[in-house]
Amino acid sequence: MAIEIEKPSSVRLSKVAISKTHGEDSPYFAGWKAYDENPYDEIHNQSGVIQMGLAENQVSFDLLEKYLEEHHEVSSSGKGAPGFRENALFQDYHGLKSFRQAMANFMEQIRGGKAKFDPDRIVLTAGATAANELLTFILADPGDALLVPTPYYPGFDRDLRWRTGVKIVPIHCNSSNNFQITPEALEAAYQSAESMDLKVRGILITNPSNPLGSTIQSSVLNDILDFAVHKNIHLVSDEIYSGSTFSPSEFVSIAEILRNRNYKDAERVHIVYSLSKDLGLPGFRVGTIYSYNDDVVTTARRMSSFTLISSQTQHLLACMLSNHEFTQNYIKTNRERLNKRYDMIIQGLKKAGIECLKGNAGLFCWMNLSPLLNEPTRQGELELWNIILNQVKLNISPGSSCHCSEPGWFRVCFANMSEQTLRVALQRIHKFMEQRKVCSVNQ
Amino acid sequence: MTQTRYYRTRSPEPEKEKTGVGGGTAMRVIVPLQGVVQGRGGLVLGSIIPCALFYFLQFYLKRNRDDPDDKNESNSTSQNPTTRSPSSEHLTELPGLTRSLSRALLSPRNSGPVSISARVSGIVKGGDSPYYMGLKRVKEDPYDELDNPNGVIQLGLAENKLSLDLVKDWLAENAREAILGNGKELSVSGIAPYQPFDGLMEFKVAVAGFMSQVMENAVSFNPSQMVLTAGATPAIEILSFCLADTGNAFLVPTPYYPGFDRDVKWRTGVEIIHVPCRSAENFHLSIAALDRSFNQAKKRGLKVRGVIISNPSNPVGNLLNRETLYSLLDFAREKNIHIISNEILAGSTHGNEEFVSMAEIVDQEDTDRKRVHIVYGLSKDLSLPGFRVGVIYTFNEDVLAAARKLSRFSATSAPTQCLLISMLSDTKFVRTFITTNRERLQRMYVQLVAGLEKMGIKSIKSSGGFYCWADMSGFISSYSEKGEVELWDKLLNIGKVNVTPGSCCHCIEPGWFRFCFATLTEKDIPVVMERIQKVLKPVN
Repeated sequence: MAIEIEKPSSVRLSKVAISKTHGEDSPYFAGWKAYDENPYDEIHNQSGVIQMGLAENQVSFDLLEKYLEEHHEVSSSGKGAPGFRENALFQDYHGLKSFRQAMANFMEQIRGGKAKFDPDRIVLTAGATAANELLTFILADPGDALLVPTPYYPGFDRDLRWRTGVKIVPIHCNSSNNFQITPEALEAAYQSAESMDLKVRGILITNPSNPLGSTIQSSVLNDILDFAVHKNIHLVSDEIYSGSTFSPSEFVSIAEILRNRNYKDAERVHIVYSLSKDLGLPGFRVGTIYSYNDDVVTTARRMSSFTLISSQTQHLLACMLSNHEFTQNYIKTNRERLNKRYDMIIQGLKKAGIECLKGNAGLFCWMNLSPLLNEPTRQGELELWNIILNQVKLNISPGSSCHCSEPGWFRVCFANMSEQTLRVALQRIHKFMEQRKVCSVNQ
Repeated sequence: MTQTRYYRTRSPEPEKEKTGVGGGTAMRVIVPLQGVVQGRGGLVLGSIIPCALFYFLQFYLKRNRDDPDDKNESNSTSQNPTTRSPSSEHLTELPGLTRSLSRALLSPRNSGPVSISARVSGIVKGGDSPYYMGLKRVKEDPYDELDNPNGVIQLGLAENKLSLDLVKDWLAENAREAILGNGKELSVSGIAPYQPFDGLMEFKVAVAGFMSQVMENAVSFNPSQMVLTAGATPAIEILSFCLADTGNAFLVPTPYYPGFDRDVKWRTGVEIIHVPCRSAENFHLSIAALDRSFNQAKKRGLKVRGVIISNPSNPVGNLLNRETLYSLLDFAREKNIHIISNEILAGSTHGNEEFVSMAEIVDQEDTDRKRVHIVYGLSKDLSLPGFRVGVIYTFNEDVLAAARKLSRFSATSAPTQCLLISMLSDTKFVRTFITTNRERLQRMYVQLVAGLEKMGIKSIKSSGGFYCWADMSGFISSYSEKGEVELWDKLLNIGKVNVTPGSCCHCIEPGWFRFCFATLTEKDIPVVMERIQKVLKPVN
């Protein structure tokens, strides 16, 4: 057709829709794409990309399957007229009482009974992603800021900022003290926000930390809470990995800190939890906000209308999590298996000449490849990341996606694959390191 | 220190506005004075004296008007139900935050309460609308034929219990395999890990098929143009985020579903402009009214980004005919805006009128597809509101891309998807369900309307939904929102019947009420009529 037809003016989308604040153009997500296009398979695609950039826990599925097999009534909904009917129609944003009770108990069990949770303070959301966004909407206005220690979960850039219009100001941590948060770093971040004319509304910590894979010490938690009190701001503690600490005694929840203080200053503290990591059920979309602030609970509940958990899922999980024998065994076994995996990967990396940050939790380790960088910069890190992704065929997450201030650190997930696949991955790393040694010797 | 800065940058506060008014008057006195003084006293005196006078004027004015802080304490956000629309229990930008800040200024930094955002502080303190109050009352005192015959009967919740037995029977036979197996080996690893946030493709295929069946196969839906969400509530909100910026507006015909105020406006900062429909036209949408509202918005400096229609509509229950839909598309094209068509009740039509989906309209109109977006869900047609399944269906690639990303905040649960894949793929079950459900809705509708008619209560002919829209203006003490709410209150507390007053739905004519019938059994109808009769006192 030779004639040029004038295109009708296209109807515009909003700034939110076209913004890049979803952050999905970063290497963090590019690596996933590479994996999607060429996924490793033990039998069918042995040269594919091994996914080590996804913090998923697949080590304990068998326990869940066994439970469901033995408890038919949980997965079938034909329990009896009242049971099913109520469930199908249930869309109350308070959430199933039995499920909230079960969640509260589960959270207490994970903390070894060192903290108590009131089911009526639990607000349910479809995943922790929604929980973090919801809290941000509630605690801050557009243009305000949250302080977040680096390195942090890349998803925060999207979850905390995209629709909310809230900004993240980093609390810089570094390897000199194992990336712990210090009062000086807190103050520096606060001042930085002030100098940019941003109103700080709160601090958001992840404990145990993603991507560090370590728990925050009791003294540091106290410092952070004191800082929040002093500045009269909120404190959100994302404890999504609390059940994934290798040893139960090493995790201290902010709930415990508050208990020790007789819940003074509690109204500024909010905890986020989810079953996506500890129970390996991210597909179920189960998250919670636990707040000591009545107004926040009320508002969060109302706002959760946008992100309710399927009643069927609540019912299924209420049954499962109320079964003490199951949960006790699950928590213990899961910890042991994660610990074993962690040891395996640390040993394997050590043999290859790679050091990691000493970790004690989570589904990943924080690996130090800074000696391998061509230049100690973000660019150097990305170059190395590219080589690892495209030549070694391992998808690991570069520290720069996590806003780490020191180049050369990488997050390596180990719980989302079989032991065999992990061995293959370690072999590849070993080979890669050997080749580099040879190269550097020859130079 | 931070608070001070915040106080400075926040605008406008009511005290400031009042000051402004006082200042204006004062200026009219001061400026000529200034001139007089400057003539004799020079610049310094010329400035100081008017300033001093100004100060004293302010002091005088302040002493003689009520302290705004005290007013704010008692009724900043609590709505006076007789003067303010009860459905605005949610969002308005309120001075609640300023109030707590001023307290903090007076006392040491640590002792003030830590504040929540301005955008939500109103919701916390706000009073509840009749819509929610009624639901609460039913919860506290629910009617039961045997156990609680004096309890409150629920006619305020648009839920369909008429055909749940069919779903229950299906589940009793098929559920377990459906969730875990799907014909394959029982496996949690299939449903447990991260799934695409916008829904499993298999489930989208099943939902697309269901939507088509429900709309009598007049149109087919492409699963790749779908984004699934945890209910239609986030579907509406996500579209609002995608199509409009903070401060923009959507045109929405009234009366409308009270939840839109929350879904469209709350977190997005987007406005709703009411397009009134009237009883003279049986509450049908008129393009002329749309045009008027569009122009009024323009004059107010509001940028309209789209129109939101519900078809079948809630609370009236009428259908938009083909002609209107075409005219609507013309209107949208002319103004270059979007159309959101909420078709969540498409499968709950009853009676003889033809339902036409917006999808069918754009099937032939290739160029305009990008501006049309359909919202659907399983909460109404399949009676599964608890399972949280909503749909955004769009022809616009950019909206698809954005909505897909946003669905992570409101994703459907995997085991629920698996369960429903099986159910929706069972076309025989679906066919039986849709037909039976429509028959039962029709039966209940006819009985309810007849019962109301006998008491002299006329309703608008409805062809879809679970309710009838009835005119009780003959029974309200004053032809106003106040009168209407009084009747609602009597019906709830004396008649023990929960219905929804039209003011919650922003109906421009007082006296209309929405009666939901799909939560009742046939036996309940005479009981309902008796209760209503008890309350009615015709006003001469």
